[in-house]
Amino acid sequence: MDVVLKGEGPLLGWHDPDEQRKWIRANKPRRMTDKRMELKQAVSKFVSDGDLLAMGGFGHVRVSMAAIYEMIRQKKRNITLSGKTATHDCDLLVSSGVVSRIEVAYSFGHELRGLSPASRRMVEQGRIQVLGEISNAGVQWRFKAAAMGLPFMPARVMLGTETFAKSSSLVVKDPFSGKNLLLVPACYPDVSFVHAHRCDRFGNSQIDGVSIMDWDLARAARRLIITTEKVVDDDVIRSEPSKTMIPFFCADAVVEVPYGSHPANMPFLYYSDEEHIGEWLKTSKTDAGTEMYFQKYVHDVKGFDEYIELVGGKKKMENLRDIELLKAQTTAPWAE
Amino acid sequence: MQKQAFSTVEQMASATSKLIEDGATVLTGSGLPMIAMALAIRTRTPNVTIIFEAGGIAPQIPVLPISVSDSRTFYKAVMATSLDSVMSTAQQGYVDYGMLGAAQIDMYGNINTTVIGPYDRPKARLPGSGGGNDVGSLCWKTIIIMQQDRKRFVKKLDFLTTPGYLNGPGARERAGLPEGTGPYRVVTQLGVLGFDESTKRMMLLAVHPGVSVEDVKANTDFDLIVPHEVDMTSLPTAEEIRLLHKEIDPSHFVIR
Repeated sequence: MDVVLKGEGPLLGWHDPDEQRKWIRANKPRRMTDKRMELKQAVSKFVSDGDLLAMGGFGHVRVSMAAIYEMIRQKKRNITLSGKTATHDCDLLVSSGVVSRIEVAYSFGHELRGLSPASRRMVEQGRIQVLGEISNAGVQWRFKAAAMGLPFMPARVMLGTETFAKSSSLVVKDPFSGKNLLLVPACYPDVSFVHAHRCDRFGNSQIDGVSIMDWDLARAARRLIITTEKVVDDDVIRSEPSKTMIPFFCADAVVEVPYGSHPANMPFLYYSDEEHIGEWLKTSKTDAGTEMYFQKYVHDVKGFDEYIELVGGKKKMENLRDIELLKAQTTAPWAE
Repeated sequence: MQKQAFSTVEQMASATSKLIEDGATVLTGSGLPMIAMALAIRTRTPNVTIIFEAGGIAPQIPVLPISVSDSRTFYKAVMATSLDSVMSTAQQGYVDYGMLGAAQIDMYGNINTTVIGPYDRPKARLPGSGGGNDVGSLCWKTIIIMQQDRKRFVKKLDFLTTPGYLNGPGARERAGLPEGTGPYRVVTQLGVLGFDESTKRMMLLAVHPGVSVEDVKANTDFDLIVPHEVDMTSLPTAEEIRLLHKEIDPSHFVIR
């Protein structure tokens, strides 16, 4: 295939497919073992400074927020983030100093809630480095290539734009149609966290509702930590195996964290906590406010359980469940 | 411009809801595009299928979603799938319309949602493509909903995030984008714009009630094609306004 154009973005998380196969053979667990551990241990064991990180879910939906708070608490540094519709997750990771480089599909925004004051400030003041751009399908298909064990995936997006020019993709002549075609390189994040509705102790995981990119991401990531609302008996998974999205051999650790997606939405269980996100959007308008937030909600609490108590505990979680089940109306300070 | 008894957001939602034919598939984000499609389904075109990029297909949306993947985007849906599945479907040709917002647009309907100012040290860093580039690349017809003024309707974009007609007729196909796709309508607080068939340049089609052709020109920095006859959109009906406030966006996230 003739290369017609080359994007100028750096190639992040790419490995030769044979090198990756060998890595998997040497490092991934192929025997069903109990992988349960504490969040603190999982983060310290599997997240290393300098890693390429991709979070599961989609910004405000089914994100392993508990892991994000723990990375901030452990002062992880120089992480490169795959900004795959990274919203609240990205905002916290960037403004806390954990993430210093980012490949952007969608970042620095909170969707309907507006832009992210804290992480935008970091970019505009040159305090973090934007490495390149890509589209959401581009990111998804980078993970898909990785999940298939292939070096790249062809696609018909990004062509003709500066999103392409700032990406690490290529434009080639398709040998079949003769038309220009985009190739996105495979992407193997060093580490990913996926928050699942339930999984067993081995990491066989089930997700209810939209899977977004997580089917591919779970297979693409070199190290995968499953955080889950509930660790269930092996029989629960085996009774409905077609519901399993991630098999045990992809998972390196299993961490039970009820409400672990808070303040993001966990479909069917609890809606996003718009009051808490609103508080963040307001306080993060200044560096001092941002620091105060992290002091209060991360450093001054021992762990995620204490954080949940601090944000309103059981009563708050019941209200978010009622909103999720449409028994109560959402109110959002940012909409007032 | 005359003073209006309804908000421009309501006018834009009403005008957008009339652009889609019944039975069409629409890939939409949250916010105003979503509101317009919810309105279309509740009024003129009950058989429009809404698709969300994160995997929700044909939801019966109870209240306005805040995120493009939140649980409202697949409430009583026929399928809750993946971004891969939705974007692949669009790449196959199943999706008739894509709905987008934008910070800047040029005369060929190319849009910017990435940066204002220089890329390396932006005056304002915006979220980037997200699914925007994919929607604008893969759907048969793209509808863009945005505010119109001289800083937004520009001669040259600060960054070309999502393809319109690129630099003119045939450019999309030469770049390798699917044939016969591209921007279809642009809906703003001033009116509805389309694209001239032969030049692929933006053309005024209709103004909202109380808005003049001069108002539209004064808020466009590039040369806009203005035909002899320009239509006028209709005012939102009382029923449309009731639906927007009471059913579609009861928490007033967008309709204020």
